[in-house]
Amino acid sequence: MAASPRIIVVGGGLAGLSSVIKIAEAGGTVDLFSIVPVKRSHSVCAQGGINAAKDLKGEGDSVLKHFDDTVYGGDFLANQTPVKNMTAQGPAIIDLLDRMGVPFNRTPEGLLDFRRFGGTLYQRTAFAGATTGQQLLYALDEQVRRHESEGKVTKYEGWEFLSAVLDDNGVCRGIVAMDLRTMETRTFPADAIIICTGGNGAIFGKSTNSVVCTGSAQSALYQQGAFYANGEFIQVHPTAIPGEDKLRLMSESARGEGGRVWVPRDRNDKRVARSIPEADRYYFLEERYPKYGNLVPRDIATREIFKIVYEDQMGIDGQPMVYLDLTHLPKERLHKLEGILEIYEKFVGDDPREVPMKIFPGVHYTMGGLWVDFNQQTNIPGVFAAGEADYSIHGANRLGANSLLSCIYGGFVAGPQALNYAKALKPATGDGGHAAELQRQKQKNNQLTSSTGTENPFKIWRELGDTMTKHATIVRYNAGLDEADAKLVELLHRYKNINLSDKSQWANTSFAFTRQLYNMLELGRVIVQGARLRDESRGAHYKPDFPNRNDEQFLKTTKAAFVDGAPSITYEDVDTSHIKPRPRVYSST
Amino acid sequence: MPRTIKVEIKRQSNPDAPVVIEKFEVPYRPNMNITSLLGEIACNPITADGKTTAPIAYDSNCLEEICGSCAMLINGKARMACSALVDKLQDGNPDEPITLAPLSKFPVVRDLAVDRSVLFQNLKSVKAWVPIDGTYDLGAAPRQFPQIQEERYPLSNCISCTICMEVCPQFNDSTNFVGAATIAQVKLFNMDPAGSVLKEERLRALAGDGGVQECGFAQNCVEACPKQLPLTEAISDVTREVIVQQVKDFFTR
Repeated sequence: MAASPRIIVVGGGLAGLSSVIKIAEAGGTVDLFSIVPVKRSHSVCAQGGINAAKDLKGEGDSVLKHFDDTVYGGDFLANQTPVKNMTAQGPAIIDLLDRMGVPFNRTPEGLLDFRRFGGTLYQRTAFAGATTGQQLLYALDEQVRRHESEGKVTKYEGWEFLSAVLDDNGVCRGIVAMDLRTMETRTFPADAIIICTGGNGAIFGKSTNSVVCTGSAQSALYQQGAFYANGEFIQVHPTAIPGEDKLRLMSESARGEGGRVWVPRDRNDKRVARSIPEADRYYFLEERYPKYGNLVPRDIATREIFKIVYEDQMGIDGQPMVYLDLTHLPKERLHKLEGILEIYEKFVGDDPREVPMKIFPGVHYTMGGLWVDFNQQTNIPGVFAAGEADYSIHGANRLGANSLLSCIYGGFVAGPQALNYAKALKPATGDGGHAAELQRQKQKNNQLTSSTGTENPFKIWRELGDTMTKHATIVRYNAGLDEADAKLVELLHRYKNINLSDKSQWANTSFAFTRQLYNMLELGRVIVQGARLRDESRGAHYKPDFPNRNDEQFLKTTKAAFVDGAPSITYEDVDTSHIKPRPRVYSST
Repeated sequence: MPRTIKVEIKRQSNPDAPVVIEKFEVPYRPNMNITSLLGEIACNPITADGKTTAPIAYDSNCLEEICGSCAMLINGKARMACSALVDKLQDGNPDEPITLAPLSKFPVVRDLAVDRSVLFQNLKSVKAWVPIDGTYDLGAAPRQFPQIQEERYPLSNCISCTICMEVCPQFNDSTNFVGAATIAQVKLFNMDPAGSVLKEERLRALAGDGGVQECGFAQNCVEACPKQLPLTEAISDVTREVIVQQVKDFFTR
């Protein structure tokens, strides 16, 4: 047994900070690694809220209904036991966040206020204006800062995880990381590590994700032997602002507060949006889904918008855009959405209180991720994962406002589990593989700095994003997926001929990016091949040639292993021990 | 000929290297912001005189003005690069070059990236947190009226971009002023029912050199804050409480 276990947490978003807090509280010491200062992590971008069935609106909501909505919303692909545990802990997690000082919106009586979100009929989402992720991240950041000031946590901000250090038995003994300022690459010993590095939107070029969401850490571990599960399940959010550099999220809370999606009934209608009378507007989600209306799950809303634009040719002015209209909402409702209204105003220039917003779907969330058991441990002993970086909880489609909950829940499980594991760990023999792994990583660095090719890494990234967005997002065809995989192989080949326009050894951001790029390319193949082999439609994964869910063949978790330099895919049964899979139909009244 | 955007960037390859200005001409596209302009340079890192150079180093992450990373001087003004739109910056003067420089009051790391860790140190020194007993289930928090939430929420929107510190004439090496952001957080946590248990300690931390007394009430902070925090109001509220605390301490300690 290690005398004083040492845990490394990689990633300082909600999942990472949650696990850090649990470990510090249990008396452990933690080294926290993050590319950016943790307060700038991508969790800060979450807007609408966090789900928990507290039933403070007298609707008869319950933890079991939250559980059922989540499993049904995920099209039965999620293992049910962790979902059950997460939803059961929801109310206590909200109370805890409230005690930490999160400025949640309140009712006149001083209780927590709740709003409705997609894929449920209950008001189950606690929120702080329309910047809930920011407020939650700050609350956890403050708690970690407190533990840091007491010497229980050491932060390594501005360090990037490169790989795990594995001993001769394949047991994790630490990490290799690179200081993004001095470019020093070194190893750090640990008895267990927790990977909380978020999603991989950057693989699609433009997405709602932050710059750091490359999936690089997950990919590096996959290449070291970790299973990557359900990679093909990528959530495309129905409402984002199309942008030059990124797709900016327009929270589901806009619809939760009463926002309506529509297009003119006549595709040639050139009138200004607000002058088009009700009768001439096509509220297609409300007409097609009378019960859930604008709050159908995201995969469904996204496909409907896609169809309106590309099949029905009804996009606004022939462009790939539809209206998200808030102009009819009363002031007090708009007030609860201030944060996102400001984003629209700043980046588009129109006031969404006066003019309907123009939106289109954008890549948003990575349902897949590192395979973990119910204790959040990957198949590599000592490597744990939590949050968007792991594959659990959301199945084939994530419900809005479940991500913040799953990040905190995952961190709260991973932290104590990693500590328990570390306490029982036998000491490594020799140096535990540190020297060899450091050597391997330094060699990769040297290859990059000595490469004298002609390929610009940022241009390869653009091509990657274009291919992935074209073939592996809302609608997927096998021929297109084959084309995408061939393109990825080509890009991997061209990567060998890369030219770093900056070879300096100080704060070299393009060097760090180029290392991430390689991992994005390898992970891209996992996404594409997982999608290629899954000949059915389930949740966010939609193939017109195979329009139905096929439980017999595909009620299974996809597991990708890196074998001989390529993904090798196997399947594993899904835990359906609590709720019997049933058809997923939101259109009935 | 297709239109280009002229950009002049103040660069420094490391903290000890000489400062140079490099000029670029970037192909114009509608709706570009400063971060996409910098991305364009990374794709094609060649100066206006045809010299190959290194991509520009700068901090960025969310690109929607919520993570606080990309603060820099744009045409001399401290602001976030992601929300600085080229069309607006060049309004009517498409030939006017856009100038980019790092924030001037923080150590330069490289090019437009600076070290702003002093803010996080300051937040530690004023104990900007609620000292909860633990993360186990202790039931609901005390009730809080919406009016209190309405007052706390805007202060909790601070993105730690440090623009308020950059524009403050008193934020410099000779005063060691903590700056408006930290003081606003003191107000936020002193207003929290459980956070207020540390109120006296926070006020004392702001009582001496570098504390609230350094504020010269220039009001630059409140004008420059990209999130419109009520900073001057927070400073005057906290200043009043610091003085009361000092008087109390004078008689009792």
